[in-house]
Amino acid sequence: MLRDITLGQYYPADSVIHKLDPRVKLFSTMVYIISLFCFRGIAALVVATIFLVIVIRSSKVPFKFMVKGLKAIVILMLITALFNLFLTPGKTVVSFWVFKITEEGAKNAALMAVRLTYLILGASIMTLTTTPNQLTDGLEKSLMPLSKIGVPVHAIAMMMSIALRFIPILIEETDKIMKAQMARGADFESGNLFQRVKNMIPLLVPLFISAFRRADDLAMAMEARCYNGGVGRTKMKPLHYEGRDKRAYLIVLGYFALVMVCRIYFPFPM
Amino acid sequence: MSIILDNVSYVYSENTAYQIQALKNINLKIEDGQFIGIIGHTGSGKSTLIQHLNGLMKATSGSIYFHGKDIYEEDFDLRELRNRVGLVFQYPEHQLFEATIFDDVSFGPKNQGLTKEEAGLRTFEALKKVGMPEELYDQSPFGLSGGQKRRVAIAGVLAMKPEVLILDEPTAGLDPAGRDEILDLVARMHREQGITVILVSHSMEDVAKYVQRMIVMNQGSVMYDGLPKEVFRHYKELEAVGLAAPQVTYLMNELKACGLNVDTDATTIAEARASLLEALMGMDAKKADFGGTPC
Amino acid sequence: MGIIRAKQLVHEYIRRDEEGNVESIETALDHVDLDVEQGQFIAILGHNGSGKSTLAKHINALLTPTEGSLWVGDMDVSKEENILPVRRTAGMVFQNPDNQIVASVVEEDVGFGPENIGVPTEEIWRRVEKSLKDVGMLAYRHHSPNKLSGGQKQRVAIAGVVAMEPKCIVFDEPTAMLDPNGRKEVIRTAHALNKEKGVTVILITHYMEEVVDADRIIVMDQGKIVMQGTPREIFSAVGKLKEYRLDVPQITVLADLLRQAGLDIPVGVLKREELLQHILRIAQVEKSGEVS
Repeated sequence: MLRDITLGQYYPADSVIHKLDPRVKLFSTMVYIISLFCFRGIAALVVATIFLVIVIRSSKVPFKFMVKGLKAIVILMLITALFNLFLTPGKTVVSFWVFKITEEGAKNAALMAVRLTYLILGASIMTLTTTPNQLTDGLEKSLMPLSKIGVPVHAIAMMMSIALRFIPILIEETDKIMKAQMARGADFESGNLFQRVKNMIPLLVPLFISAFRRADDLAMAMEARCYNGGVGRTKMKPLHYEGRDKRAYLIVLGYFALVMVCRIYFPFPM
Repeated sequence: MSIILDNVSYVYSENTAYQIQALKNINLKIEDGQFIGIIGHTGSGKSTLIQHLNGLMKATSGSIYFHGKDIYEEDFDLRELRNRVGLVFQYPEHQLFEATIFDDVSFGPKNQGLTKEEAGLRTFEALKKVGMPEELYDQSPFGLSGGQKRRVAIAGVLAMKPEVLILDEPTAGLDPAGRDEILDLVARMHREQGITVILVSHSMEDVAKYVQRMIVMNQGSVMYDGLPKEVFRHYKELEAVGLAAPQVTYLMNELKACGLNVDTDATTIAEARASLLEALMGMDAKKADFGGTPC
Repeated sequence: MGIIRAKQLVHEYIRRDEEGNVESIETALDHVDLDVEQGQFIAILGHNGSGKSTLAKHINALLTPTEGSLWVGDMDVSKEENILPVRRTAGMVFQNPDNQIVASVVEEDVGFGPENIGVPTEEIWRRVEKSLKDVGMLAYRHHSPNKLSGGQKQRVAIAGVVAMEPKCIVFDEPTAMLDPNGRKEVIRTAHALNKEKGVTVILITHYMEEVVDADRIIVMDQGKIVMQGTPREIFSAVGKLKEYRLDVPQITVLADLLRQAGLDIPVGVLKREELLQHILRIAQVEKSGEVS
């Protein structure tokens, strides 16, 4: 279940995309997402598709592996598509009972499905090719200017990377506690909502206690290793831009410009 | 009656790149009233195996019979199985959640649908069995020491009055005194209540001292199954798979190799002492002839 | 002058109720004196709650003495400004391998300590590589810690401390949560660091078989040091060790029982080979005795 979500799971490979600076990837993902929401017309769609295919190809992550990550989000996509399908006013194509499908609705639904799929694929590319630590490093460095106005950027980045490290451990632990309570006759599956929530207590209390214990241990272990906040820290893997990162920026900006050109000059047929 | 495993296999994440075969064609018969030790290093499949015995994990292939009934049949009541086959997980104190020790232990009996009085009585009995002083019953389990917490957690399973009690490394992380307390408790349960006990451990010394039958797991298969002394005869093979026989087994075998007539089946200190004293004190010149041995 | 010296060290855990009144005082360390020479391998034994972990945490300045004093090198640990230098001199490996690994990639975790103390990037890489090599985990440098065995994780944690190049490493029950193979890996690593790198090792454990090769053993009970000596001296007192709720290795117990039964075996037999030789010697004597 939880294990099937590829989003956020690093896929080790040796590719250009893997080697890019995380800041480039963060920026590009943002640009790509923006482009998805402002494109219009088939030409822009083609550009966005080609761009995505090229990036996926050059990331060397098997497409099959990426698609697995989509499965978990299919339901979300279906709901969004259905809403669009039935709730968009316009020229009615088919109607039954209270439901009406309009031409615009169908178009919107299709467009929404495509957008969401591309969005998830695009975001997955980033998380699949960037280790969580690189990602937090990238975020930390990109957001560093904010620390001047008192935002604890380093602490936030550290928290994120620790969370990423402990999520798999806590998932495993949840599984273990659940089984142990089931062995004592606990029931996590039946009953109404209220009962179900109540039944979660034997799972949640131990889980919280364990998380706190781990946090306590970890804090002590970090202190023992001279962790003292971000002050005076050096980096094992400092970020600095290489030629390829600059080229990547240019390519992404070029892509965005192309999408905008398509939007303005070839908005046909949408 | 008994638990029978017929050709049981289990594969993690089947049909993916991460596929791991955790159990391979396991055939076992667990008789009533036995005290069994399951030994194997981490990843040998021993934890996976015991989770099959109370239906928490479902075999990818093969069948399991409890008292002659197939537990994978549609109409088989898995909850009833879990009531009768009690499983104490590793670090069981990590599952404590109630505000008082008494309430925590009564979680199991309450889930069994017993009346409040019955559940209370069982809780009381179970806490008595594990030697918890009565004045602690109303206190929070989280204030106890590690060893005490573990005893409360074990009481939580005992209160369900299982016919079979499975313990997954019940002594992990305890100090020697805590370890002996738990093992003695388990041995007493077996002796006095006659319940079947399955003890999962990686300490050969512990197992040798207590169990009647030993099952050695390696890479998802049963490597040996027999009396401890029979299993320890394969001490060289055991070592090859990362398990060590008790130190006395090595000693006795080395002495034997040097020509001394000692009992190589001795696995406990008491047995080794008896055999050594016999060999050395009541020395018989005919038996011990090691004129030219290279030792 | 020793690298770690404690003088009449006392530590009290004070529990207060909601109003801040003292509810109970638990004396975890009761006037402990200790002197550890640079390069030694010291083992501290004691059952849970004997105060051994509290002592360890003082050496790393994670706790400060209630009374008495503790010096690491020439630094007094109770002085605020000494905290970081003390932690650089005396590193610490904890019990739970999962809860001390910070990063999601092995090499990044090893680099965490050096990053904290401001080591330049190139030097960090050199140290990470070297310390991973020292603990035999270099091949796993790009792995996720979650996929490693307990013993491997613990070795990564050790590498993380080694990379800070401390003079002394305190191992606080590093093997309590490991299986026998993992335990051996960790103890072997600790000995290798001690012998080859000259790192002072303080090993806290309750597994007696792990301490037979130590230079000196300290036994703690109820916050006090109750026994101190070479492994042979300590293991000679089988009865006393049992009183302190400690385990004695099978071989030592067997040797002791045989000695009590009247066989000519000295006290404090530590290893199997020793007992083997003694028994063979006795068998020879018996035999020649009968012949004559």
